[in-house]
Amino acid sequence: MNEHPALPVRMKGVRGEGATKWRVKVRLCWTAKQIRRICGVNGPPDIMKIGVLLKQTPDTETKIKIKSDATGIDESDIKWVINPFDEYAVEEALRLKEASGGGEVVIVTAGVKRSVDSMRQALAMGADRGIRIDTEGVSVDNYTTALMLSKVVSQENFEVVFAGKQAVDDDGVHVAHGVSAELDWPCVWPIEHIELGADKKLVKVTRPVGGGVKEILEMQLPGIICCDKGENAPRYASLPGIMKAKSKPIAELKAADLLGGATPLVQFTHFALPPERKAGKILKGEPEQVCAELVKLLHEEAKVI
Amino acid sequence: MPGILILAEKEDGKLKKYSRELASKAVALAKSLNAPVYGVVIGNQASAAAEELGAFGVQEATAIEGPGVQSYTGDGYAKALLPLIQELKPQIILASASGMGKDILPRLAMKLKAGLATDCVELSIENGKLKAKRPIFSGKVFVDVTFLSDVQLATARPNSFAVTVVDAEKKAAVKTIQSASEGARVVVKEVKEAEKGMKDLTEADIVVAGGRALGSSENFKIIRDLADTLGATVGASRAAVDAGYISHDHQVGQTGKTVNPKLYIACGISGAIQHLTGMQSSKVIVAINKDPEAPIFSKADYGIVGDLFVLLPILTTKIKELLGK
Ligand SMILES: Cc1cc2nc3c(=O)[nH]c(=O)nc-3n(C[C@H](O)[C@H](O)[C@H](O)COP(=O)(O)OP(=O)(O)OC[C@H]3O[C@@H](n4cnc5c(N)ncnc54)[C@H](O)[C@@H]3O)c2cc1C
Repeated sequence: MNEHPALPVRMKGVRGEGATKWRVKVRLCWTAKQIRRICGVNGPPDIMKIGVLLKQTPDTETKIKIKSDATGIDESDIKWVINPFDEYAVEEALRLKEASGGGEVVIVTAGVKRSVDSMRQALAMGADRGIRIDTEGVSVDNYTTALMLSKVVSQENFEVVFAGKQAVDDDGVHVAHGVSAELDWPCVWPIEHIELGADKKLVKVTRPVGGGVKEILEMQLPGIICCDKGENAPRYASLPGIMKAKSKPIAELKAADLLGGATPLVQFTHFALPPERKAGKILKGEPEQVCAELVKLLHEEAKVI
Repeated sequence: MPGILILAEKEDGKLKKYSRELASKAVALAKSLNAPVYGVVIGNQASAAAEELGAFGVQEATAIEGPGVQSYTGDGYAKALLPLIQELKPQIILASASGMGKDILPRLAMKLKAGLATDCVELSIENGKLKAKRPIFSGKVFVDVTFLSDVQLATARPNSFAVTVVDAEKKAAVKTIQSASEGARVVVKEVKEAEKGMKDLTEADIVVAGGRALGSSENFKIIRDLADTLGATVGASRAAVDAGYISHDHQVGQTGKTVNPKLYIACGISGAIQHLTGMQSSKVIVAINKDPEAPIFSKADYGIVGDLFVLLPILTTKIKELLGK
């Protein structure tokens, strides 16, 4: 242990802004190989370093309100959660770590301060540490987000990266693919089942392609896996997990440092609610009669059958 | 000269319906830009489908065939497309918001440093650039997307644009490129067909969906019977999927699929917000539910309050009569 003086500090977890920042710098320059060497002292020699791209999104129950000037949404009453698809990603990452006999699951988020809460939740599920790219006051789009995340992924030397198949706020299906293109990594989407190959150089994944068809694909690592809802329900954080998560480290980076001057390529210029659907006709009467009436209406009035 | 490139798709050697919609839209957009439209189709026997683009006013198309694109992988297809894009240098690249379009365009966008608007329901040209309207928060909000990049990319939601045939007889001039297979990082090992002949939900014209009320996978037969009669695809609520009545492939909603059919029949589905967001852009919605207070009725064009186990078989018979089946 003496030859790696940084390790005990890392394991203890340090709270407070300054400490966190200092620790990131140390950590980001470690390669997967170095981490292996370090962990070789205590743990299994061949661990996996797994990244998870996580976004904080409004709870799916949220009624979204628009600002009066139509330039964005009113965030005042929103309950923020982990993007539901990213929860599957966290679960798969934890399972992969377990299956590969050890390793590290690192949660990477580009987001404002409140997104720390969602990161802590993932840490409570069992992830080891987090890295947040602070986007406070920076205008971002999916392109710049992908750019920033790809910098972290390459600095961290992850062997595999998980992400949700899409974020339920902007529904873009953009960021994880963008990271893969920027790093020139392969990427598979959407994925509902994952198996690690024996040599840990390949993953075998199941991909639903619609119409009841599933494909089994093999992807070379490093690569990105975008998770759909699959067979594995995301685990709940246990109470000890929640306690432990409080002291797990979350490093903080500044968006501007990673962007190198890059700016968004699209802008959301006008927000509007969809036209409200009005309740239509309720048909009343005996089953025979209402069914006959419905068929007539669908055929003659709505002209859809 | 700036042009528009559309990524068209085929099935059994024929152009997909949403690709015809896309071609029609692209030709209309190109008119206001005074620019050509190029088409590209990838995969085995792509050239026949590429020729079909002519009917919608696309003059030139490329078919990418060969071992490198024998089976679909996002990685392989995106790689196969890049040289063509570098040659044509289109100002706008459009695809459908299908499994393929959603998988490929973000990779191209990153490589080209181009802005991307996904799942668009409106596309227009403003000040010589593409402008898009698209749903976000699974349809709870619509947003206008303005591009800040020189090259602009978008995917279009199926069933959002009309098909406009310019000349049914016209064939596009097709150039075929062979794509080699070396360096594949993702390989398709096996294709499993869990259910035969089911049209994908996102492309379906009619969806008949069942909820928790169905109570078992056997009972889903009455949903399937009605769907078969209408030539519809079967949908389901998450509650029905989680209870194991039907596979997740059928789930409509926030964590399932977004559908955009002309007719959606929701049977024994309460109409939770996460379900509504996935189907509320359907042109006509029918709800069958025994609870008159069910929220689904507030979105339905036609509603029947009653027991679906009584109503659905009768409805199926009546529709068979109408369609002369
Ligand atoms: C993060 C998240 C994501 C979600 N994503 C989705 C999603 O993608 N899709 C989705 O659907 N849900 C989703 N949900 C779940 C959603 O909140 C609801 O729980 C679900 O839609 C309810 O399904 P249901 O309407 O079938 O069941 P229920 O709410 O139980 O409703 C059953 C309905 O059937 C009626 N009924 C019962 N018996 C009969 C009968 N014999 N005849 C006629 N009517 C009858 C009842 O009156 C009731 O209205 C999500 C939830 C969360 C938290």
